Amino acid sequence: MKRFAFFELIVAFRFMREGLMQTLLIILGVGLGGGVIVFMSALLSGLQANVVRRTLNYQAPIRILPPDQVARPLRAVEGAEIAAQVQPRSQRLRSIDQWQKIRDQIERTPDVVAVTPVVAGPGFALRGDASKSVTITGIEPESYFRVIALDEKIVAGRHDIGPLDIVIGTELAKDLGANVGDKFRLATAVGANATLTVIGLFDFGNKGANERNVYVALRSAQNLLDLVGGASAIEVKVRDPFAAETIAQTIRGGTDLQVESWIVTNAQFFTAMRAQILTNTLIRLFVGLTVALGIASVLVVSVIQKQKEIGILRAMGASRGQVLRVFLIQGGAVALAGSVLGSALAWTFLLAWRELARNPDGTLMFIVEIEPSLFAIAMVTATLVGILAAATPARRAARLDPVVAIRS
Amino acid sequence: MHKSYGVGTPVELEVLHGIDLVLERGEFTALVGPSGSGKTTLLNLIGLLDRPNAGRLFIEGQETGGLGEEDITRLRGRSIGFVFQYHYLLPAFTALENVMMPILAARGRPDDEMRATAATLLDRVGLTPWRDSKATEISGGQQQRVAIARALAMNPALVLADEPSGNLDTASADGVFDVLREINETSRTTFLIVTHDPRLAQRCDRIVELVDGRIVSDRPNAHVLRSSSG
Repeated sequence: MKRFAFFELIVAFRFMREGLMQTLLIILGVGLGGGVIVFMSALLSGLQANVVRRTLNYQAPIRILPPDQVARPLRAVEGAEIAAQVQPRSQRLRSIDQWQKIRDQIERTPDVVAVTPVVAGPGFALRGDASKSVTITGIEPESYFRVIALDEKIVAGRHDIGPLDIVIGTELAKDLGANVGDKFRLATAVGANATLTVIGLFDFGNKGANERNVYVALRSAQNLLDLVGGASAIEVKVRDPFAAETIAQTIRGGTDLQVESWIVTNAQFFTAMRAQILTNTLIRLFVGLTVALGIASVLVVSVIQKQKEIGILRAMGASRGQVLRVFLIQGGAVALAGSVLGSALAWTFLLAWRELARNPDGTLMFIVEIEPSLFAIAMVTATLVGILAAATPARRAARLDPVVAIRS
Repeated sequence: MHKSYGVGTPVELEVLHGIDLVLERGEFTALVGPSGSGKTTLLNLIGLLDRPNAGRLFIEGQETGGLGEEDITRLRGRSIGFVFQYHYLLPAFTALENVMMPILAARGRPDDEMRATAATLLDRVGLTPWRDSKATEISGGQQQRVAIARALAMNPALVLADEPSGNLDTASADGVFDVLREINETSRTTFLIVTHDPRLAQRCDRIVELVDGRIVSDRPNAHVLRSSSG
């Protein structure tokens, strides 16, 4: 016969109220520890999401390039010595063979959301005395905007790029002293050049990208980079950015093309992120451990203080299980109360952090999204940890011999 | 029953050497003897707080030797009430709640019936005005009376009292004793009371004397028998 633990609840809460100071102090302790854990978790996931979002602002999750050209040594001829030293070949800008076919093929790959061909290469932006080296990207606006939301990053002007139009970043506009409607000359190493009209300015929230990237029509870039009819790369957007590498491997399997996922090209970032997750997790783990030990030590003291009362409860018919539960409930309740306090503290910190952590220009450094689920998880976890921490003292209390407990 | 401490160690000590005792229902018995004679040990054995090394114990006709920990606890809660020298009330609870506690432990959730039972018991020990006072806010004699009411909460067949008035002044001690006697007479509850006070022992129906772990005398108390029957 299972009875609901009213007796245990009543006794547990009276015991906690009796040692009110102790109870409040440990709740405060759990609250501070829990607050740090929740705050760090929110910060970490916020940071991660922000960096990911920013990187993928101007970088496609997967990029497909033509295979590298390699110099092959001559085949050995009978009776003749061949020089063993092979100089690596310099890579010229080339088009992907039959890129239309490959594009269509990739479009059919599962989890691929959008595919777009680009022609990308180096060039110079020249205006008056200013000359700036830039990366020219020739795009098919319609499909390109589905991969990279350039159209949403336009801060001035338009984004419907025509044959004689160019869209540049805010930084480059500043450097060239050009604004929407102004013209400048774009030159490339193959000797081609064109005078283009600035129709829009974009801001990716990244200085490098705002300074370097310029976007022209695919046809213009083909002419400027001497790749008529070609595409130097195919950019692919996938549903889950973190699955990019797996999808890249699938694509790689079917061709001899180079398929780069952003996970590989940003290996450094991912290494840093992993290190951060690791240290963050370690800190949270140790804070959690400290909190658990705090709860355990308070309950150990409480069991010793209440030895006689436990003895009398046992003498008058309370079972070992009931005594055990009285202390488990205390552990769980203290942890739950502490985690509620901790969540409130973390919430406050996060709001403050959001206001305080700003870029030099006053914009928010990153947006920390406060997820209610995080607090729910924190509370459930804390309660379980509290019950676990209470296990040892509670078992000690349950095992007390009533005779010894009363007599001591 | 035999009881030894430190079994298997060099300091093994037998404190009870073959105790043979029958308590009849409704008896009001005093257990007397010098310090260290084994009175409390015997009380703990009878109260199922401890187990004998040899011998058997029957509570209401039930042999207790073969019972497991849970059954012992349940039997103890149902059949035996304890009053100790010190009251051991739970300081976090009121007088009424302390009396309710054994019933609550047995049944799990509080109800009006157990509240009423506790109130009646407090009334019997004359503490109705203090029922909502914290256990720490009342006098020593009153605390001991709350402890008696608590011992009676489950309407036990047997109440074991270990020097119930040992910590009290004479007037309070007499008052506590009167309460015990009155309950014994109205409810036919069996009492076994350890006492050092010959004056109080003289007010019991039967006096069992324990010396060095043996019963040296076990006699009805003629004086009380005469006065209660007459």
